Amino acid sequence: MQHFWTTARHTTLAALTAASMALGSASAESVLRIVPHADLKNLDPIWTTAYITRNHGYMVYDTLFAQDEKLNVHPQMVGKHTVSDDGLVYTFTLRDGLKWHDGDPVKAEDCVASILRWGQRDGMGQKLMDFTKEVKAVDDMTFTITLNEPYGLVLDSLGKISSNTPFMMKKEYAEIDAFEQVTEVVGSGPFRFAKDEWVPGSKVVYLKNEDYVARSEPASGAAGGKVVNFDRVEWIYIPDPATAMNALINGEVDFWETPAVDMVPLLEQNGNVELAVVDPLGTQGWLRPNHLHPPFDNPKARRALLYAVNQATYLQAIVGDPKLYKECAAYFICGTPNESNVSVEALQSHDPEKARQLLAEAGYKGEKIILMQSTDIPLLNNAALVTAQVLRDIGMDVEVQAMDWSTLTSRRAEMKKPADGGWNIFHTYATGADATSPIANIGVSGGGVEKAWFGWPTDEETEMLRDRFAREADSMKKKAIIDELQARLFDHLVPYVNYGQWFQPVAWRKGLKGVLVSPVPFFWNISKDAG
Amino acid sequence: MYAYIARRLLATLPVMAVVGIAVFMLLHLTPGDPAVVIAGDYARPEDIEKIRERLGLNEPLHVQFFSWMGALLAGDLGTSIFSNLPVAKLIGQRLEPTLALAIATIIFAILIAVPMGVVAAWKAGTLTDRVIMVFAVLGFSVPVFVIGYAMMWLFSITLGWFPVQGYKPIGEGFWPFLHSIALPTVALGVIYVALIARITRASMLEVLTEDYIRTARAKGLDNNALLIRHALRNASVPIVTIIGIGIALLIGGVVVTESVFNIPGLGRLTIDAVLRRDYPVIQGVILIFSGAYVIVNLLIDLSYTVLDPRIRY
Repeated sequence: MQHFWTTARHTTLAALTAASMALGSASAESVLRIVPHADLKNLDPIWTTAYITRNHGYMVYDTLFAQDEKLNVHPQMVGKHTVSDDGLVYTFTLRDGLKWHDGDPVKAEDCVASILRWGQRDGMGQKLMDFTKEVKAVDDMTFTITLNEPYGLVLDSLGKISSNTPFMMKKEYAEIDAFEQVTEVVGSGPFRFAKDEWVPGSKVVYLKNEDYVARSEPASGAAGGKVVNFDRVEWIYIPDPATAMNALINGEVDFWETPAVDMVPLLEQNGNVELAVVDPLGTQGWLRPNHLHPPFDNPKARRALLYAVNQATYLQAIVGDPKLYKECAAYFICGTPNESNVSVEALQSHDPEKARQLLAEAGYKGEKIILMQSTDIPLLNNAALVTAQVLRDIGMDVEVQAMDWSTLTSRRAEMKKPADGGWNIFHTYATGADATSPIANIGVSGGGVEKAWFGWPTDEETEMLRDRFAREADSMKKKAIIDELQARLFDHLVPYVNYGQWFQPVAWRKGLKGVLVSPVPFFWNISKDAG
Repeated sequence: MYAYIARRLLATLPVMAVVGIAVFMLLHLTPGDPAVVIAGDYARPEDIEKIRERLGLNEPLHVQFFSWMGALLAGDLGTSIFSNLPVAKLIGQRLEPTLALAIATIIFAILIAVPMGVVAAWKAGTLTDRVIMVFAVLGFSVPVFVIGYAMMWLFSITLGWFPVQGYKPIGEGFWPFLHSIALPTVALGVIYVALIARITRASMLEVLTEDYIRTARAKGLDNNALLIRHALRNASVPIVTIIGIGIALLIGGVVVTESVFNIPGLGRLTIDAVLRRDYPVIQGVILIFSGAYVIVNLLIDLSYTVLDPRIRY
């Protein structure tokens, strides 16, 4: 029987090869085929925070600064920069040879317009703009950022790796209203966007930008030389995980950005596929209580959640494979300079009795808890089911309301009482890259209904500590502020309960080399063994 | 006849109008806000409001409706909220794979199912009949994605005969096109083979007991002529009806097959648009589906006059 299949396979392959040669379809172009995590729906990485659009941004645009694999910030488009003695004037000079895809040189005025547009949309950008008096082009190659008062995160902001990354756009596009989508893609990055070949929902094609001048340093994270080794990179969107796995095994694609965790064992057994975790920061789970309404308007009820949650249970339910997750209580991601172990005991103790006691002290009298469950995202669906049981175990009356993610994102903006169409709890997650600092991590804001993220935690002391962190330039002092802030978050505010940290593996065909360690997938530096 | 066709075509207008109103209202009354999806997790309420304003989503519902209807009457299906591409272009890009898959499936199903049904009726009560009917029951019972994955494992992974996924337009050559669409066609076709074979068998069994069949047989007509010219033709009205319903169901029902074999068709466009609340795309696709249903039904009705001369409009 085996002989029959083998013979049949060889015969057919020979016939197909002959047919293919007869059709003259052979091509000398080198192509890297990727299965991205999502479909590219829009092209403007400032207009939307969607990670797929951020990844598209890295293909076609470039950044002034960039973070390496250890999250240190390095110049990218910038050749040199200086800071005045009073810390108020930052002067940036662009590298030589930078060109837009239409052939025009990159100018300082393009960067000024790009920074201003980004500063309207991004959280860290808005914070930077709060401290900024003026952004001005000095000449074609030089521009300055003048601050009102010293701010410790200027370069961190300009080099932030995740959404909204401050990509540089040509002035005529960067001057488009920040709330309007830029639909033409003229970047200065290592790839050009082949708009004619773009089929939303199916395929995105990038061509090597022959004019791109890569930095001389080796590539590391988003920083260093962006050397492209392929003529074309094709993103082939395959929404079905089983099909994506089969396409990778069959050699129809080279790289799969987000293999489903339950398919990892199958991929591990395949001799033609390699698996690795290249995002050391991983993803952090958030159980978000609504701080506006009882019982979670009371700090004791929120602290009860800390004692009730057992990260291991959640991680088992949503990831399963212990190699791919880590119990980590720190708010600002384990494995980063901002990891802290201060005040983590409540979350690590898993003490349902203590949780019940705190609930009683908070005055909980059996009110219904509205738990929003997003059924179309398996991971969040599972997390919600675990939470429902955890809350019931500590004596809460839980009503699980199932809905899709789009509905949940609208409903969570409701500030009404839970019984009137509001809510008490929902789940989400943040990539490590978005949660490593008190400024980038929107979940820890205590700005209340005016400034805080959905759930609206309110705490002046938290905001004061975040503000101190933003102004501080000294790394030791920053670390001390992190410890102080984390203590406040655990002991009082509990803006969200971190239900664990997990790591998404990526998979690629054997023979692919140079995959960079980073929370964002980059397709420069990668090469393929001949044959 | 022509007056009938004209009447039927005119009757599609109110149908489409009702569909349009119903779809618009349903979508806008469903929770979910594309502005929130666009703005992302970290957006401030005022940012979301600005996006809503730019997209015209903060206008009263009736204003949005008349604006959409006005554009529609001028032949403009609108622009996708997310990709900013014309809906007509998005549908155009996706129409060919869906139509190709639907047509290939129905041709495959007819070619296999009608002879199966005729043979099952002719050999009614025998082992052949039972084997065919067991296949028909299986065809109904096994979900299309199970058949799809099983075929993918055997013909793509194990034998390497066909690609796992993707679609080659017919413009790139008939062989690559056929190569890309063969597995999805068979996977999707199995259920229709089962359906049409059962109806063909039932319809043929009824006709085969008629007096004129007995007379034809008594006159010494050979089996082929008897079955095809006399029996099948007279049994064809219900068969054509079920084929027509099959085509209509296929147009809207290929989404699972499109997902399993990664074919960028209208089914996947619709699902993606629904999940993101891309209103103009959903509305456009549903209108196209509705139009297709109406036209397929009209064609079925017209085919009756050809198959059965007693039917007149």
